[in-house]
This record gives sequence, structure tokens and C-alpha cells, in this order.
Amino acid sequence: MEFGVFSVSDITTDPTTGRTPSEAERIKAVLAIARKTEEVGLDVFALGEHHNPPFFSSSPTTTLAYIAARTSRLRLSTATTLITTNDPVKIAEDYAMLQHLADGRVDLMLGRGNTGPVYPWFGQDIRNGIPLAIENYALLRKLWDEDVVDWSGKFRTPLQSFTSTPRPLDGVAPFVWHGSIRSPEIAEQAAYYGDGFFHNHIFWPPEHTQRMVEFYRRRFEHYGHGSADQAIVGLGGQVFLRKNSQDAVREFRPYFDNAPVYGHGPSLEEFSRETPLTVGSPQQVIERTLGFRDYVGDYQRQLFLIDHAGLPLKTVLEQLDLLGEEVVPVLRKEFAARRPAHVPDAPTHAARVAAKGGAKDATVYAAADGVTGQVTEEVEVR
Amino acid sequence: MSTLAVVSAGLSVPSSTRLLADRLAAATAAALRERGGDPAVEVVELRDHARALADNLVTGFATESLRGAIDAVAGADGVIAVTPVFSASYSGLFKTFFDVLDKETLVGKPVLLAATAGTARHSLVVEHAMRPLFAYLRAIAVPTGVFAAPEDWGGDGGVDRALATRIDRAAGELADLMAGRRQAAPDKGLDGPFGGTPSFETLLRGG
Repeated sequence: MEFGVFSVSDITTDPTTGRTPSEAERIKAVLAIARKTEEVGLDVFALGEHHNPPFFSSSPTTTLAYIAARTSRLRLSTATTLITTNDPVKIAEDYAMLQHLADGRVDLMLGRGNTGPVYPWFGQDIRNGIPLAIENYALLRKLWDEDVVDWSGKFRTPLQSFTSTPRPLDGVAPFVWHGSIRSPEIAEQAAYYGDGFFHNHIFWPPEHTQRMVEFYRRRFEHYGHGSADQAIVGLGGQVFLRKNSQDAVREFRPYFDNAPVYGHGPSLEEFSRETPLTVGSPQQVIERTLGFRDYVGDYQRQLFLIDHAGLPLKTVLEQLDLLGEEVVPVLRKEFAARRPAHVPDAPTHAARVAAKGGAKDATVYAAADGVTGQVTEEVEVR
Repeated sequence: MSTLAVVSAGLSVPSSTRLLADRLAAATAAALRERGGDPAVEVVELRDHARALADNLVTGFATESLRGAIDAVAGADGVIAVTPVFSASYSGLFKTFFDVLDKETLVGKPVLLAATAGTARHSLVVEHAMRPLFAYLRAIAVPTGVFAAPEDWGGDGGVDRALATRIDRAAGELADLMAGRRQAAPDKGLDGPFGGTPSFETLLRGG
């Protein structure tokens, strides 16, 4: 099982000091957080994609490529890549490129985004949210799985004899997770392709996550990818830790009360009771997290949100220390002990290459003139 | 057995909104019994859920006790909805409750609409404010809306005869609709919440 953190890249005023970091400062902070994630022994760093303030992360592959160069083991992912408004051709190219640069330490999580206005900025219409996610992903799959693509659809110009480059590393495309909080269509999509399903698992009560994951597992089995308990499930989660539980509550409360998404509503205590949020000691976080398994089954990836709502970098790095030293080693051991042998581990590039019979050079060598693009035979015929 | 949910948005204790709600509930229950029914009445006092409703707006989900109130309305065969008039319309608390219901909750459900106010000059509020809301929710609002101003409470036996007549007429209309309606469908269980999700083949075809 993999453990990691995910960041939405928000630039938020620290409610305890009234200070707001600059973009430059936050971007550097996120790089430091990613490197620290590897240093303390966690497995995954995932970054969001947004195209409006207060977020900075409009170009996740640029950021992740930099992190790839500064790390050696950390798996890089997104949370989420906008499958609705990005051109699937550009996603195919960008993430295959990143996959090569990071030696396969890349997967991605597709989502529809959290803000309506983003659609028209990229020439789309929010009312087509689900159809865009369906058509764009079908094309993305084709661009990675087939060397030469002829394609036409509703939402972009047709492609004739198109080859997306670079080809996926070793002939195996990045693993894909589909993230959705409330849309069963997206769980259905993940199940159809046998891809992973990720539930944000932060904002709503666990029963909601349970229903979505159960639906995805059942449909995964229906489409013949394995039994329901072999489906690939990832969960989010939100924690704030201090050695002493009271210190955690006292320190986190102002960040909770003023948080952009759920602040100014329920109390920290109520939200902790109703949702998976855990603010407390390492032992409390361990117990709560192990409990997730009771309602989603054995799962493959746990990402924690620890970096948001104006929390200063120093605090976030301390959270990573606590996760790395006291929480994740115990979770690794306990989850592994509970997982039956037939339930797969988190998908890695190496394992997926091995499952396909080993690495192959997937390069499509062009028979064309490098300068003019003309194919030799065609020139001869004329 | 049929169930009748009564939603009251009164704020004071005692509240004339709740008083009207209780009168309507009693009259409807009596009318249902006359038609051979054995109604169970469940009252939802929105004041008890005031904070949970505000929290639901912020978080997008209902706390457990609010969930209970929502389920009571969703599972009922008929609903009586009563609000005080605030600034010439239903109160914000009343509207918030209907805002957080899943949008299909009241489709085809018989609903009796009623309001109270401090002056008779608001007497058309049921027609100009409440009816459009419940039309949007595709509920079946009974033809008689019941409005009560202070003077309506002053007649014989506490309730003016004209108001009592309107209560009985509206209750009879609601009971007729409820009696002619099938019992609320039982929970479909496992296939329930996402049972209507189209298969991926349908989604791929743009369905």
C-alpha cells in the first residue's frame, strides 16, 4: 500500500498571523514539501491543477518534472488533472514526457475540476462535463495504446494518422486514477477501463465514500477485470497531528474555522465526527486511518491533505515528520497484515511493465524526411 | 399505514406557525381516518435544525439529526409545509430546508402549503411565494393554501370559523391526494443510490 500527500496549491492567508504568502514563496514551499515527502519515507506526492487564484498550480507537469529531478523514489501524481478542459492530445504528450523524465515514477488522477467558470476559459461548456470526461479519456487511452490514431469525436478536431510523442515509457502508459466525489458515472468509467478510483474522502461523511467505492468495485468485477475486492482504490483524508492531542486541536482550530472550503460552518469537533478529518495524536490518526478499511475494503493508496488553509511551511514539514516517523510505518505494517494475498498492491510502473512481459522500446521511428515531414515512398511515387 | 410529515418553520415558543401546523396535521389525520387510513404523523421543527441547515450550506452534507428530518419528509406520503412570513415571503430557514433536499425528493408528492403573518396584508404569500417554489420542486400542491393572520385566531374556540373552514378544506384535499396515492416505495437497498447510473456503453454513445 502506498502513502502520500496531496496538495491543492491554494495560496491562503494564515489566519493566526494575517500573512499571505506570495506565489513565489508558495511554489518553493510546495517543492520543499514534495522533497520532504520522500525524505520521511512516504511514497506519493500529488498536485492539483487549477486555473484561477487563489491557486498557483496551472502547470502540474512542469512542477512535477522539477520534483522528479530532485527526488529518486517518490511517485508523482496529480489531484486532479482536468480531463474536461485539457486537450487529451496535450495530456497524452505531457504525461508521457513526464513519465520518461521521471523514469516511470508517474501516474495521474483525472477529474472534472471544482469550478464552473474554468470550462469557458478553455472553450468548453460545463453542461458537457460528463460527456467531455468520457470522450476525452477514450481518446487519451487510444493515443497511449495505439501508435497511429485515426479519430473523430464531438469535442475536438478529428485526427488522421496522428502519433502522440513521446510514446509511453517501455510501452506502458502511466497508470490512471479517476477521481470523483459525487458522480457515479466516473466510478463507472474507472470500472469499465479497469483503472483506479480515487475518492477525495475529505468533505463528506464516510457512508458517501463507502457507497461510491462499493459501486466502483461491483462494476469493476462486472467488466471482468477481477473480483470486486481486487479493484484499485485510493482515498484522500485530512489530518493534523501533534504528539499531544490537545495541542493538535488548539493549533489547528483557527485554520479549520477559517478554511476556504468548509470554514465558518460546523465546529472542528462536529466536522471530525461527521467526516474523516482527524486532528489529534499520531495514535489517533493511526486508529482512524485503519478504520477506513472497514468501509472501503483493502485499498491501495492513502493520500493525506496536510498543506492548505494557510498552514505555514514549517508546520507542514513537522506534519510530514510525524507521519513519516510515527504514523506511516505502523499503517504499512498493519494494513499489510490485514490484506489477503489475492488483493493487489498499488500499481507501479515496474510491476506493470513486468506484467506486460517486460520493457519494450515503444518509439515510433518515422519513415519521413526529418525536415519536410514527407514520406519517402510518397516522394518516389510522384 | 400512511405517513404525514409536517414541516414547521416557526421560531418563537409558542409559535403561531406551529399552532397552524398542528391544526392542519390534526385535520388531515382525521380526514385520512375518515377515508379508512391510519396515518402516522411526524413533525419536523426546523428551529431544531437551524445550525445544521446553515452547516449543510457550507459543507454540502447533512448531519445525522438533520438527515433524520430530511428522511422523514422524503419517506412521507404527504407533507404539510408551514412558514412564517418574513419580508413578504417564506423565511430563510424554511427555504434553506427545501434548498438542501435532493432535488427529486418532492416530485409527485402531495403538499399542503400554509403561512402565518403578523398582518393580513400578506395573505397572498402562499400563492405568490410558496406555490412557485413547490411548482419548481414538482410537488403536487393542494388547491387550498391556508394563511392565518392574528385576527384569524380570535374567533370562537380560539380559531376563527373562516380559518377552521379553510383548514378542513385543505386537509380534505391533501387526504384525498394521499389516499389516492400509492404508499411510498420501500428503499431499494444495494442498487438504490446509483441504480440509475447508465452503463459505460451508454455513456460512450453520449447517452
